[in-house]
Amino acid sequence: MATRTGAPRPANSGTQGKICQFKLVLLGESAVGKSSLVLRFVKGQFHEYQESTIGAAFLTQTVCLQDTTVKFEIWDTAGQERYHSLAPMYYRGAQAAIVVYDITNQDTFARAKTWVKELQRQASPNIVIALAGNKADLSNKRMVEHDDAVSYAEENGLLFMETSAKTAMHVNDIFLAIAEKLPKNEAGASANRQSAGVGLTATDNREGSGKSCCGSN
Amino acid sequence: MDELYDVVILGTGLTECILSGLLSKSGKKVLHMDRNQYYGAESTSLTPLPEVYKYFGLPAPNSCENPRDWNVDVIPKFLMADGKLVKLLIHTDVTRYLEFKSVEGSYVEKSGKVYKIPSNEREALSTSLMGMFEKRRFRNFLVWLSEYNEADPKTHKDVPPKTPMSDVFKKFGLDKNTIDFVGHAMALHRTEEFMTAPCMDTIQRIQLYIESIKRYGNSPYLYPLYGLGEIPQGFARLSAIYGGTYMLNKPIEKVEQIDGQIGVTSEGETVMAKIVVGDPSYFPTKVQKVSQVIRAVCFLKHPITNTSDAKSCQIIIPQNQVGRKHDIYVSCVSSAHNVCAKNWHLAIVSTTVETDNPEQELEPGLKLLKPIAQMFTKVSDIYQPTDDGSESKMFISKSYDATSHFETTCDDILDIYKRITGEDFDFSKVEKKEPEQ
Repeated sequence: MATRTGAPRPANSGTQGKICQFKLVLLGESAVGKSSLVLRFVKGQFHEYQESTIGAAFLTQTVCLQDTTVKFEIWDTAGQERYHSLAPMYYRGAQAAIVVYDITNQDTFARAKTWVKELQRQASPNIVIALAGNKADLSNKRMVEHDDAVSYAEENGLLFMETSAKTAMHVNDIFLAIAEKLPKNEAGASANRQSAGVGLTATDNREGSGKSCCGSN
Repeated sequence: MDELYDVVILGTGLTECILSGLLSKSGKKVLHMDRNQYYGAESTSLTPLPEVYKYFGLPAPNSCENPRDWNVDVIPKFLMADGKLVKLLIHTDVTRYLEFKSVEGSYVEKSGKVYKIPSNEREALSTSLMGMFEKRRFRNFLVWLSEYNEADPKTHKDVPPKTPMSDVFKKFGLDKNTIDFVGHAMALHRTEEFMTAPCMDTIQRIQLYIESIKRYGNSPYLYPLYGLGEIPQGFARLSAIYGGTYMLNKPIEKVEQIDGQIGVTSEGETVMAKIVVGDPSYFPTKVQKVSQVIRAVCFLKHPITNTSDAKSCQIIIPQNQVGRKHDIYVSCVSSAHNVCAKNWHLAIVSTTVETDNPEQELEPGLKLLKPIAQMFTKVSDIYQPTDDGSESKMFISKSYDATSHFETTCDDILDIYKRITGEDFDFSKVEKKEPEQ
């Protein structure tokens, strides 16, 4: 039904654990490993020669915290970052972002900083941003110093980890850290999304969320 | 840029983005460019607020609060809840990127007063649009109409599909006001031509109207949160996901036939394509002007009077009521749709230009909105391609017309799709598909 849901929704209020759903967007230059990070996180897979992203609208994966289950709806750029043609829709309603660079390529770190600026300009003001220095398994070819990234992240209030989609290093950890930092109450969410609309489905929607949403306008 | 593309698409308007998505998904190698730095071309929603002033050639105010809260459409349209655009959104799963709200009310003007168009039987019985006996005749008409099936003569009740619509009205004894309301506010005709045309078209339009109301409630219309510009963006993402390449801010210098292919030149570089698709603005020598539409975008600090404080509505002023040939449309959305700052309303008044003083022609619509805090007016030329692309391999879309919904735009899209691929678009998958989750 309405899959693009900004607000964390308690799925079954009655039981103790609640499920919160968040939109997370990936940003970063082409070929820094955005899709590989997600594939590692969602499917536990890694392909040395990962093709440019084809065919995946978004993937979902859940992270279990102590009293909450966080469900990420993860949006990949679909190559629209290549010529700087990401649509505003991409940032819309995003509550978390991972900005990825390649530790063996200084340019991608510089570009990561401009993506962070872009997020600060376009996205919701309380978005949780994580910086990921990917390809950490190639540290013998390192061009971006760990400490430089740490101090940049601190200055800008970002989470930071060096990751490797290949060895799985810190991949789950970075998503877990984001999950922990996200606000898990309705108040935290209402700032992101004033009002939810209806999702369209092939079947008649009168009995579904359509009515309740429209009726309460 | 020295590769050969199956399709180069120029302009990121709704028509172009839907075709881009459909063609890319079917395996075509697509390059999609736009001279502007934003998505949506004419079907964009302008943001942040200063962009609205820039678009209309006015100086922006020195400061404004929350400029990013504004996503202002320049072409007013709603989606018919059971219409073709909704089917395309569902078929392609692009609906997952979007959220919609049902438009709260649909209104029609009669003798200078605004009336709600009944959306269910209870409202139909209590409406002051018609008298009691007329209501009964109207009801008989609707019962007959809802069962009418072109393929099944038994449902025709002696009214074959080719009967002129005026004869149908006569048969049911409907009066002038009801005919106005049925023809313009339900069948959504913009002129009186439908009266002499075969009734089948009007019957299908009213059936679409009724089926659309049944889907979500108070009106047949839907509107996407954050503005209409979200729809082309959603289809652009679909295209990108299947490998389509996007380049904005690309001025196009030349589109020409070279050795049986098409060369598209931008910033001195030429790419080759088997076919090119684009909006009329990229093909000035291959289109003709067929009419003009005037649209006034109005910022209001209040809901429209006599609409029960609706956060969204449409008002149709039938041409007969104001001595014109074409209807005037008023559409209104508000901060409830994330298109403007809190407590504001956005209304657009539009009609087909008939005189040398088009702004004056909008007056019956503008009168309903006063006081208007800020108004932006633009007269747009409506273009049609002069060839169907079968020889030139350049497939040019039509400009967005004065209709209040996307049905004619979808007809154009599906027609171009058929001319390109040689086959009809298959909607049947939509009906078979199970809803997610």
